[in-house]
Amino acid sequence: MKEDVSIIKVEKLVKRFGDFNAVDGISFDVKHGQLFAFLGPNGAGKTTTIKMLTTLLEQTSGKIIINGSDPQANKDKVRESFGIVFQDPSLDDDLTAFENLEFHGVLYGVEKKVLYKRIESLLKLVDLWQRKDDFVKTFSGGMKRRLEIARGLIHHPKILFLDEPTLGLDPQTRNHLWNYVKALNKKEGMTVFFTTHYMEEAARMADNIAIIDHGKIITQGTASEITKKSRTKTLEEAFLKLTGHALRDESASAADAFRTHARAWGRR
Amino acid sequence: MGAIYVMWLRQIKKYWRSKPRMIGSLGQPILFLVALGFGLGPIFQKAGGGNYIDFLAPGIIAMSILFSAMFNGIEIIWDRQFGFLKETLVAPVQRWKIMFGRTLGGSTVSFMQGIIVFLITLAIGFRPKSAESVILAFIFMFLIALLFTALGTAIASRLTDMQAFPLIINFLIMPIFFLSGALFPLNGVPTAVKIIALVNPLSYGVDGIRAALSGMGQFSFAIDFGIMAAVTAIVLFIGTWMFSKIQL
Repeated sequence: MKEDVSIIKVEKLVKRFGDFNAVDGISFDVKHGQLFAFLGPNGAGKTTTIKMLTTLLEQTSGKIIINGSDPQANKDKVRESFGIVFQDPSLDDDLTAFENLEFHGVLYGVEKKVLYKRIESLLKLVDLWQRKDDFVKTFSGGMKRRLEIARGLIHHPKILFLDEPTLGLDPQTRNHLWNYVKALNKKEGMTVFFTTHYMEEAARMADNIAIIDHGKIITQGTASEITKKSRTKTLEEAFLKLTGHALRDESASAADAFRTHARAWGRR
Repeated sequence: MGAIYVMWLRQIKKYWRSKPRMIGSLGQPILFLVALGFGLGPIFQKAGGGNYIDFLAPGIIAMSILFSAMFNGIEIIWDRQFGFLKETLVAPVQRWKIMFGRTLGGSTVSFMQGIIVFLITLAIGFRPKSAESVILAFIFMFLIALLFTALGTAIASRLTDMQAFPLIINFLIMPIFFLSGALFPLNGVPTAVKIIALVNPLSYGVDGIRAALSGMGQFSFAIDFGIMAAVTAIVLFIGTWMFSKIQL
């Protein structure tokens, strides 16, 4: 594996909404075949960054290179190279599990013969093969998540984006999923870029971690480097120390007060 | 090609599986046919207009297609709300293909709806001129479906508000329908109304169907077809452009 080659390269990336900088000049590198964790509190800019990396949102300024191409200039090339599991569900509830995967395969131009084999093996893997002809609307949250992950892998992407893939899943399912992702990462050299709120997950899985808050990257490195730098025992402690309440309240107090006021007096 | 096909197929499957939708959308055309057809029919005949059902049936077929087609746009809003839109937007497929497949699927559904209404008009006594005329009418029916699905989809790709969509569509649909000559002939109306009817593309669609099925056309087929095709092409182009600009 070409361990030292960057597959995702981000330089001074900025996304501005009005006069609010959702992403404020971040730079990072993800090497080929790495498991990269992108951590941060809610509203830190994680999902906005993922949207820019996956061609869904145009950046205000800065540079992105995904698998050798610019996501805005060369959208289709970039889109072919990744699979994504969004934070919110994005399945079609009125289609069956099988149809959702089939649909995805055709959109990504996977050859029919290969496609049906892959659908079968992926559905078996996420334990949904028995339910393949059931409508997705009859599935539980965990089953939908598993199906989405299977879908993200149908076209054998070079990069897999996982935006809080394990949110709301029980420990068994989480464990199962990570084992699978790890295995694919090993076997196929698939790069994985993920966000999560479970720090122990990040510490256990990721080769490299970046922590973002208020649109800026505050630290990067392996889990042990980060805990060493912040002189804490666990990644969770480091995370809290780096993004803790004091920091947040200072810069957001006026807006927060306004929001509380609006909530108390607003019609909702 | 694959992408357009699956986007089309998805609409068809969803329509086929939703029987309430199929049946529910027939209520209004049947009501109009029965109430207006039997209610105003004698007056129309007395005034020398001929058989009102022959005049009305093409208008009601066009109406059912118009309503169903414009509301096809709501699927984009649903897909945006429930996340599926993202799945299609990150796929390595040009956006125009996604949009075109969707529009084609929606138009097919609305066209089928129109055929069902056509069959109902046959049941209540409407008799088309000939078998060939039915094929000609089907061409106009499909053009109406395509035009208004594209329009509804274009509007929906700019809206993020689920509640606003039906309001805006109703606001547009009513004048398009009432001022299209679907219910009454346009030759006796005041000039102002006539001008509005003449810039309304549905007038030409209705006229095309009516000329084919009942032989009661006002314009020539060439004008009906030419204007419908041109407006459809323009709206499709605008809709595709608007869809390709969607950011999430």
